Parts: sequence; structure tokens; C-alpha cells
Amino acid sequence: MSSTVSYWIFNSARNSIATLQGGQRLYSRYASNRIKSKWRLFPQGPVTLKNNASCGGIALQKAFRHTSTEEDDFHLPLSPEQVNEVLRAGESAHKILDLVSGVPSSVLRFESNQLAANFPVEDRGGVAACLQTNGLMFGVFDGHGGHACAQAVSERLFYYVAVSLMSQQTLEQMEGAMESMKPLLPILQWLKHPGDSIYKDVTSVHLDHLRVYWQELLNLHMEMGLNIEEALMYSFQRLDSDISLEIQAALEDEMTRNLSLQVAFSGATACMAHVDGVHLHVANAGDCRAILGVQEDNGMWSCLPLTRDHNAWNPTELSRLKREHPESEHRTIIMDNRLLGVLMPCRAFGDVQLKWSKELQRSVLERGFDTEALNIYQFTPPHYYTPPYLTARPEVTYHRLRPQDKFLVLASDGLWDVLGNEDVVRLVVEHLAEVCRHKPDLAQRPANLGLMQSLLLQRKAQGLHATDQNAATRLIRYAIGSNEYGEMEPERLSAMLTLPEDLARMYRDDISVTVVYFNSDSIGSSYKGS
Amino acid sequence: MFYRLLSVVRRPRSSQGWQKWSSARSGASAAKAHSVALPAQAQVVICGGGIMGTSVAYHLSKMGWKDIVLLEQGRLAAGSTRFCAGILSTARHLTIEQKMADYSNKLYHQLEQETGIHTGYIRTGSIFLAQTQDRLISLKRINSRLNVIGIPSEIISPKKVAELHPLLNVHDLVGAMHVPEDAVVSSADVALALASAASQNGVQIYDRTSILHVMVRKGQVTGVETDKGQIQCHYFVNCAGQWAYELGLSNEEPVSIPLHACEHFYLLTRPWETPLQSNAPTIVDADGRIYIRNWQGGILSGGFEKNPKPIFTEGKNQLEIQNLQEDWDHFEPLLSSLLRRMPELETLEIMKLVNCPETFTPDMRCIMGESPSVRGYFVLVGMNSAGLSFGGGAGRYLAEWMVHGYPSESVWELDLKRFGALQSSRTFLRHRVMEVMPLLYDLKVPRWDFQTGRQLRTSPLYDRLDAQGARWMEKHGFERPKYFVPPDKDLLALEQSKTFYKPDWFEIVESEVKCCKEAVCVIDMSSFTKFEITSTGDQALEILQYLFSNDLDVPVGHIVHTGMLNEGGGYENDCSIARLSKRSFFMISPTDQQVHCWAWLKKYMPEDSNLILEDVTWKYTALNLIGPRAVDVLSELSYAPMTPDHFPSLFCKEMSVGYANGIRVMSMTHTGEPGFMLYIPIEYALHVYNEVMSVGQKYGIRNAGYYALRSLRIEKFFAFWGQDLNTLTTPLECGRESRVKLDKGMDFIGRDALLQQKQNGVYKRLTMFILDDHDTDLDLWPWWGEPIYRNGQYVGKTTSSAYGYTLERHVCLGFVHNFSEDTGEEQVVTADFINRGEYEIDIAGHRFQAKAKLYPVTSLFTHKRRKDDVELSDLHGK
Repeated sequence: MSSTVSYWIFNSARNSIATLQGGQRLYSRYASNRIKSKWRLFPQGPVTLKNNASCGGIALQKAFRHTSTEEDDFHLPLSPEQVNEVLRAGESAHKILDLVSGVPSSVLRFESNQLAANFPVEDRGGVAACLQTNGLMFGVFDGHGGHACAQAVSERLFYYVAVSLMSQQTLEQMEGAMESMKPLLPILQWLKHPGDSIYKDVTSVHLDHLRVYWQELLNLHMEMGLNIEEALMYSFQRLDSDISLEIQAALEDEMTRNLSLQVAFSGATACMAHVDGVHLHVANAGDCRAILGVQEDNGMWSCLPLTRDHNAWNPTELSRLKREHPESEHRTIIMDNRLLGVLMPCRAFGDVQLKWSKELQRSVLERGFDTEALNIYQFTPPHYYTPPYLTARPEVTYHRLRPQDKFLVLASDGLWDVLGNEDVVRLVVEHLAEVCRHKPDLAQRPANLGLMQSLLLQRKAQGLHATDQNAATRLIRYAIGSNEYGEMEPERLSAMLTLPEDLARMYRDDISVTVVYFNSDSIGSSYKGS
Repeated sequence: MFYRLLSVVRRPRSSQGWQKWSSARSGASAAKAHSVALPAQAQVVICGGGIMGTSVAYHLSKMGWKDIVLLEQGRLAAGSTRFCAGILSTARHLTIEQKMADYSNKLYHQLEQETGIHTGYIRTGSIFLAQTQDRLISLKRINSRLNVIGIPSEIISPKKVAELHPLLNVHDLVGAMHVPEDAVVSSADVALALASAASQNGVQIYDRTSILHVMVRKGQVTGVETDKGQIQCHYFVNCAGQWAYELGLSNEEPVSIPLHACEHFYLLTRPWETPLQSNAPTIVDADGRIYIRNWQGGILSGGFEKNPKPIFTEGKNQLEIQNLQEDWDHFEPLLSSLLRRMPELETLEIMKLVNCPETFTPDMRCIMGESPSVRGYFVLVGMNSAGLSFGGGAGRYLAEWMVHGYPSESVWELDLKRFGALQSSRTFLRHRVMEVMPLLYDLKVPRWDFQTGRQLRTSPLYDRLDAQGARWMEKHGFERPKYFVPPDKDLLALEQSKTFYKPDWFEIVESEVKCCKEAVCVIDMSSFTKFEITSTGDQALEILQYLFSNDLDVPVGHIVHTGMLNEGGGYENDCSIARLSKRSFFMISPTDQQVHCWAWLKKYMPEDSNLILEDVTWKYTALNLIGPRAVDVLSELSYAPMTPDHFPSLFCKEMSVGYANGIRVMSMTHTGEPGFMLYIPIEYALHVYNEVMSVGQKYGIRNAGYYALRSLRIEKFFAFWGQDLNTLTTPLECGRESRVKLDKGMDFIGRDALLQQKQNGVYKRLTMFILDDHDTDLDLWPWWGEPIYRNGQYVGKTTSSAYGYTLERHVCLGFVHNFSEDTGEEQVVTADFINRGEYEIDIAGHRFQAKAKLYPVTSLFTHKRRKDDVELSDLHGK
């Protein structure tokens, strides 16, 4: 997302600033604990960490510009303004304006941001409003092994959820419009779109599959549609199975076929929240995370996790996996804290290498794909006996919003790897306090231009104006810029941002953050009403 | 309909300040709007009731079109138009923009008289301040161009500035430009006046009606779907401002309209103790990044900051621009700049900081014209903060375009078709406008390149060339080398290299040019637009003969330079066409013709499955081998004799080069120098390049870039489409009679016009000027757009220029007109008229003597050529 802007900034930095001595040292300090990649190519034992770094990281991406080898003298410090520009390039914020049938929405606004470590970035995020039912949806999608799956899931999942929630009558209208070739009822309004759809032809295939889905829902003859929990549960699994079936079916168009293959053979974890009035549902598959920031009556802040990470450190997941596979495999399901020794999360979309039988994989790939050009990991992990090992079934949590629930943070694991839940709540709370403090007080605004100028200059001198307006940006800033003691280190921040493209992934992961603020007044009034 | 509109307009004069009238109006107009049903059909539907939409409606109805419907999603003149600062300024960089602003000025001036609606028009004049010498040069260039199109303006001293506006601090100024006829006006009232006049002429106006999408059948607009029902129509005009991008994409057949909004801030104050005169001039302090105008006794001041805030990237569905947040911290640099310029204002009371988003386009020029993919879909948007200044003129040109099929001026620089789908990514737009907005007040020096949104389209050789020191420029998203910095040489940083004088790459390009003249150079020219036209029978030849002025029925293997002309005989495109076989042709056009040329061909090509047009731009890498030793390099690589006897000029052969087979070799270089163009299937590009470089070593081969090419072609008087040539230039006006075959045995587009012109003579003539008393090291360099004087009389403007390293002089190309001394009417220009004049070129106010030539300096031609068809091409620059 920010690569073009940062390229521009780097270039100007390169032209003007002298080399920072010791830039190299700054990286090496963090190198040891940060080498991480969700997919591991050669899972043969403990030495693989190094292997991974040199093969997966540098060698594969040599073709990119601004690799570390070409640009030895590239470690130039960025000025604070340049740091801000890089960090803020991916910012977006949105205020929820509408009154839902006269009642103020329970969501005030949201702020989001993204910082890439992979080029192109593999995270996606999206926010959309369901137009045929009430409710706002927020999602974070963390891709691995390419961005294709994350892109597809981010574009499509909300449609599945929205359709699942529709009443029988709405579905009938949709089907009717489709049959008579009339324009469809609008399903979603994107408040933050995950990105431009690249292939128009593919979108029409997707629409066809969505239609098959709603036709099946129609056949269930449920007047009111599914409840939210079921809707989320079905949508995740339905989309994943569509992704898997699309490539098994013979597709005419080569581009659609290649794209579907890339989607199926890459993966994405997903975490999404659905907010309708006081009803908050969170569905999670994988290691993205959602937490609530709660302010108790005594003013103390605490955090309420709404998801559990689906990875090797989660005992429930371990026992689920053991339950689903024969006892002979209990030692090999999780090796080296990875599913079959290869994958970090143990729930995800896509990744058919861990879902299909070997025979199916072979028969699909033998249909003559140029797997190298498509950048597909073509291998079977060892101990691959009883697929599927991986599922996209989400864990759905329900939470009834209370006036003390102030905000929701959804983020990819790039954030949670470096910041704990409490840190995140603390940072957002600090952010809220600062934003309040730093806004010039409009009620007592200086009356004339001169006074206003001196106030503004004062604020500038104190560095107040430089604070982030966007909580997500602040979280990312601290995630990559704070040292072992949680203190902000500007040199480190600048060093992390000037990492050459091929090295960036070894020191940090893609980070996507969405912070949703709730309207306590409207939530409170709904309690009084009931 | 009209009474409803008037109820909007006839508000009490007392509540004049616009911040009040939003409330004053809303009650009056809203109630009735809902009861009125939309018509079922119309000739034209215009979307957008801002200044653009109303201006288009006004001009269309003036030109006699009936049955026009204007739809506005909110209220009339309530978007950016309402928030506009109301400054009308004619000091623009492009002549076409100056003309649009000048027309707007005249239109708004008489609008109150015409409609009886108070527009608040006051002729205040404006003063453009220069804090640096470079800024003053930039102003002087604008000044000399304003004067020749009849807009009074002058360069004044700081002392004079202080007289004109006593509140200004002038101590840090080196000069200024005064444009006395510039004005301020209430833009919302102008829009309402235009709407009212249009309404009187029969235009139906509906507010609170949103367009959901435009209906298209078979590539033609058929109607619009609104939230209040459908309207069938033949023409649709998208004047939706910031929402135009999304509206364009909402069609089934999307129309890509690249623009993006940024937040824009300006300050309103309460009246000054002794209220400012309502005719106090508007101040533009571009070096301080601010503008200041008088406003109700106080001031209105805003600016274009270095770090803009893009907004609405995701698109938003709001009806009108909501009250966006003020951001005082963000405004601080502009406020400081304001108080530095007018220190006494310190005590002025603040009324409001307004945040009004403005739209910007990827190249800082507005967007108008017809969509290349949907017939009848017109666009007028993306005003880069100059909507009020352009509104009248732009609306008129678009109306002419719709009514007559083309506007009365060449507007290629503003044409929607200069963009393609490739500029419509949200990320690209967001990043690019962050660069464009500050550029509005940055110094505009020759040859600047955008820094954002780069490396989108590249040749397969990009990395190789980059590693050898290539510096890049971009055209239509394609990276092209400018020149190659030798390893031992350092150039200035980007910011410091900005100059109106001799640039730091002068010696680098000189050595590249020298190498082209004496040995051989290779230039990667892959960006050219390349089409292939094939048919099963003679259809391809027939349609090309009809579309092109030259005779294309040539033996297989010949290359023909020819123009693609319009009905008026003007160049729609200028290209080279190689006949590959009896039934297939390979067509090479300028890079930015990709969309325009495609649309033009598609428009005229019959629906015939046996006639295939294919865009093969991406399939071929093009290398240009220029220089006397190119022959040796190529014959060594192909084991085939390449001498002019075997391979005369303007031939095309498929042959092998190195190991690679099927390379299209063409004996032309677009410069007039000997050499070859190699069209290489991309997978062979690296191989062929490596072979050429290694074999070429003993002949002294080196890389060269477009700057060298440009110098070579201008020295040889090769005109270039998009800069020297445009839709209003005919082949006869640029000495290309030889490329027009009026008697080729069949009709072609533009033939009648050319026949007539041949009989009557031409009214302008492309001429080459060699600057005589110009010191390359010390004097300002020419760029383009400099006025040309003949015997002291203004006769035209230059269109391009370059330093000719062989002539050791600057060379400018430009058009000479013959304005009658008594009436100012244009008269026939003869060769005699050109030859009998004494010429001067005005560079930023300083006139340099120039020699006029109608033909290139012939002694430069040494190469043997096919007799009748000397390669006088051009494609250059493309």
C-alpha cells in the first residue's frame, strides 16, 4: 500500500541526507527473534529457520528493485515528517453518520491503517454496511503464501454473510432480479474497500456462486433468514468450499483458472465482527485477534479478548486436532509449533495443500498450470495421511455491548506478535486522551489571527501537532518502534521503515489494524429502553 | 420548472453572505422538488448542479439544443461550487486554460445583466508575487503569453505592489505580475445564474435526484437510472465533481475518470477595523503557498500546502459535502505565511476555517470529452481548484464538442482520452494527488517529472538500463530513459536541478547525441502504441485507405508515414504504418495515443469478424539503433547485408538477430538519422539487447535516452503529435504535402478539407527557428509556448524546442500566422511571407533574434534514401 509513497520519500532522503552510521546494527539486534513466516518451505528440523531466511527471503525476491544487495548504503534515517508520511500513507478513517431508523448507530466511527512488510502486502481489511439488513461488518484478513486468497476472501466474505442474513423475501427479490436481468438490490455499501478488484470476469463467476448459495438458502424456506451466529458459521465454510470447488471445476478462461488456483493454493486467516445495535458477533478463523477496550465505572480500563488464536499454543485447538485425526498421528500433527510442521495458524481459508487428498492435488495441478510463474508452493508435507488438516470453520463469539465497552480493536497477528492485549488497550486509551487534549479548544478559541498563530506555533514546538490522529497509526508506530522496554525509539522506527523490501519481512510482518469506537450513549439508551 | 428555480434564487438581498443562505434556501426549494415527476426521455441528461453542470446546460441550450435535463443529487450549487473561494484568475500555464478563463471572465461579467441575478462580480485584478528570481521568470513567461492573447497584464516592481495593496509586506519580493482584469465573484450565484438562464432556454432542472448508474447498450448511452425512475437519453454528461470517479465506475461498461479529492482549507475573517475595499486586488503568493482575497471587509485566505490530506479514497455516498473537520495545526504553515505577508492582520478576528475538498487529476489538468468506450458519455470534471476560472470556457468547449462533434480549440491536453484504465487505481490516484496538489504552487520548470505513481509500465530491459545509470521520465504510465548518467558523474539532487537555464545534464546529452552522429546508440522506445490490423480479404487495406491520408497500397515491406485525419483535415494521430503482408498492417503511434487512436479506429471500423484490430503494444520491445554504424552492428548479428542498397530507408523485414528469430527490423529512426528500429517480441528483448551491446562495443555503442532523441529530431525539423501537431493542424500546414495522396483513387477522411486548403492556401505554417543571439550558457532556455514576433508583430507561438548540438544553436518549432494589420483577421501564409520576415522569439520578456526555416538544414542529410519518400517523420516523442 505505502510502497510507492515510501519509494518516493526514500529517493528524496537518498538525495539529501548523509549515511547514518550504525544503521546495520539497529537491524541485527532484532533479527534473531523476528524471523517468521507463516509458511515454511523446507520443514526438516531445527536448522530451517536460517534456511528460510536465506532462501525464502532474499533469493526468491532478487528481481525486485531496492533489494539489500543493490543498495548497500541505503540506511538513511528518515526525518520525523517522512516517518509520518510513510506511516500515514495507508490511513483511513470514517465517521458513521446515519441514523438507523431514527436510532443513532452504536458505532461512532472507525479508524484503520496498514503497513506492509511483504511486497505486495498480504494483509487485507474491509468495512462494509449490510444494506438489506442492519449491521456493520469489520474484517481483517491476513494472507500467507501470496495475497490472492486474502484478496478473494476480503472481497467476497461480506457478501456471503450479508446474503445469509437476508430474509426469504429479500432473497426472492434478488433471485427475481437476476432472472429478469434487472439490476440487483444493493447488498453492501463498502465503507472501506479492501482494494480494487482486478479481474472483472472473475467477479461475475463469483456472483454466480453467490447466487447458487442464496438459491440454496431459498430452498431452506426460512422466513427470517439465519441467525447471525449461523450466518457467520455458514458463510466462512461456504466461501472456503467455493474457493476449493472453483478450481476443481473445469474453468474455461485461463486467467480465471490461474487466479482461482492462486487463491486456493495460498491461504488467509480471517477475523470479522458484525455489529447490529448492541449485538456484537465476532467470527475468527486463525490467528488474527479482536479485543474490546472496557472502561469500568471506576474509570479503570481493562481488555476483553473476543477471540482465541487458533495456533499451536491453544490447547483447545490441539485437542480438537487430535480428536479429528487418528492417534498414530498425534505426534506429527503439530511439529515445531506448526501444523504438520509447516503452517502457523491451524484454521485458515484456502491452503488446499492441507485440505485435499494427495490424489486430488496431483490431478488438479496436472491440468497443466505453470505453477512456477503463479508462485505456488507445490509440495506435500510429510506425515500427510488423513486430510483435511485445516479448516475455515470459525469460532463465533457473541457479546452484548454495554455502555462501558468503548472500542474494539481488530488486527492481524503482525500487531499481536509485538504488542500484548493490555498494551494495545493502553495505547488506544492514551491516544483518545491525547487527541482530546491536543485539539485546540474551540469554545475558547483565540479570537484573532495573531493569537491563533502563536498558539499553533507553541503546539508545534511541543511536537503536539505531530501526534497521530488515527489510533491505528499509533498502534503500528508503537508496534514497530518501541524497544524491549516498550519505549518509543525514533531511530529504531526509522530503521524499521527504511528496511529494503527483501529484508522487511524478516523483521516485521504485515500489520493491519482497525479500531472501532462505540457510541456509549446510544448503547446505554437501548438498555434503558429494554 | 423555472419558477421553482427562481424561488431559490430570489432570496432577500440582505442575507447575502453565503454562510446564511444555505438555511435561507433549503426550505423554499425542497418541498416542491419531490412532487415533480421526471420526464421519461430527453436528449441530454447532465449529472451535477455545480458550476460545471450548469455551464454545460447553459451553453448547450444557447446553441439551440432542446430537451436537456439537469439532475443534482443535493441542491443546486451546493458542493465544491458553494465552498469555492470565488477567485477568477486568467494567469494559467497552458494557453487553452488561459482562453477558458478569459472566456469565463467575460461571461460572468455580463451574466448579471443577462439574468438579473446578482453574481457579486467585482473586477479586483490580481497580483502574483515573486519571492525568488525563478518565480519571477515563471511569471514573466505567463505574462508574455497573456499579452499576446489580449489579456492585459504587466510585470511590476515591489514598490508598485505596495501602492496597489498597502497592507502587503513587500520587503522580500523581487517583483510581481499584475493582471488588472481578474475578478472575484460568488461562484454559487454564478452557478444559479447559469442555471436560471439555462432554465429560461428550456433546460429542466431537478434537484435531490441521484443518478444510480448510466445505462449503456452496444457501447452507446441509452439512459440513466435515478432514485426517482429512469430517463431515456442519447447523451449523458458527467459533471459530478468528486463523485465522478465512482459514477464512472458504476456503469456496466465502466468509464474510467481518474481524479481524487484532497481536503482544502481556507480562512474567513471578520471585517477589518477599516473594512477592506471590495475592489482590493487578490494576492497570490505562490512561494508562500497562499492566496488572499478581500471578503466582506475582511479577508479570505487559503493555500496549497506541501502535505495535503487526500480524502474519500474509499468513495462516499454522502449527498453533499458534510461539515468536514477543521484542522488548525495543519493550517499553521499557511497562517504563518499569511501573517508574514500581511503582518497587520494579527488583530483580525477569526470567523471560520473552512474545509472544502477539491478534486485533482493525475497531471494537474482538467478532464473533458467523450468516453473512449461509451458513445454519448461526456465528462467535465477534475478542475484542480480552478473550477470557477474554467467553468464558463470549459462548459462552452464541451457544449461545442457535443453539438458540432469537436470543440473550436484543440483540447487534447484536457481530453479524457489522454488517460486509460491504467490511471484509475485508487492507490495510484491517492498517491499522485498528494504530489499534484502542492505542485499547484510549486515552481513549474521545464521537464519536471512526477515522482509518485511510477514504475507502473516498464520495458523488460528496465532493470538493465537502470543499473547503467538511466534516469527516467514517464509517459502514459510507461518509464522511458531520459539520459544515462556515466558512472563517474554526479548530478544535482532533484530539487536543485530545477532551472530555467542550462540544465546539469547538458554535457551528458551532448555526448549521447555525438555518439548517434558518429557511431551508434541504442534507445529503448518500447512505450510506443502498437496496433496490428489484419483481415481475411481486402477489408484492412480499404478501411486504412479511408482513415489515412497517405497511400497505403504499397508493396509488402514498405513503411508509410501518414496522418489519421479528421473531417477538417487535422491530425487525430500521426503514425507510421508497415505493410507486413497483403492483408496485415503494423501501426506505430505515439505512446499517449493508446486510448484515443483505439477509440477512433473502433468508431470507423465496420463490425466485421474478418477484420481484426489488436493492441500489441505489450508484445513488443522496441529498440532504436541510431547512427552510421547501426548498419554494421545489425549485419554482423544477422549475417545479412544491411546496406542501403539491400535495405533502403523505410523498409520493414522480419529477420533473425542473434539467436532470436522473427524480429521486425525497420529502417527508420524517428530522427532523420540513419539506423533501424527493432521490434522484438518481449521474451527475446534481453537477448537481443545483450547481443547488440556486445557486438556494438567495437563500434562504440552506448545507451542513449529521449533527450538526445528530442534534440536530434527537432534539429531535423521533425514535428511531433500532441505537441507540435494537433487536431487543428493539417499536413499542408506543416509541409507534409508529400504524405497526402489526394489522388490515391479513393476518398479518405479530411480529403475535401485538404483539397480546399490546397486551393486557398494555408493560414498558418509550421516553421523552424534557429536562435541567433542566444547564449546557451547564460540566457534563459526556450521551452514551448513562447510568442513569435515577425517584424515586431506577434504571429504565433512556439510548440517545442531543443538545443541542436550540430547547429550549436537552440532550435524552436512553432506556427506562424499572418494577422492582418488592420482587422486582425487571419490571412494566407505563403513561403514568401515566411522568408521575408525578421523574427524574434520572446523568452520571458526578452526577445531573441531567430532565423526562420521552412525545411531542415539540408546539408545534414547524407544518407541514401528512397527517392520519393524522405523520412520526414516524427513519431518522436511519443
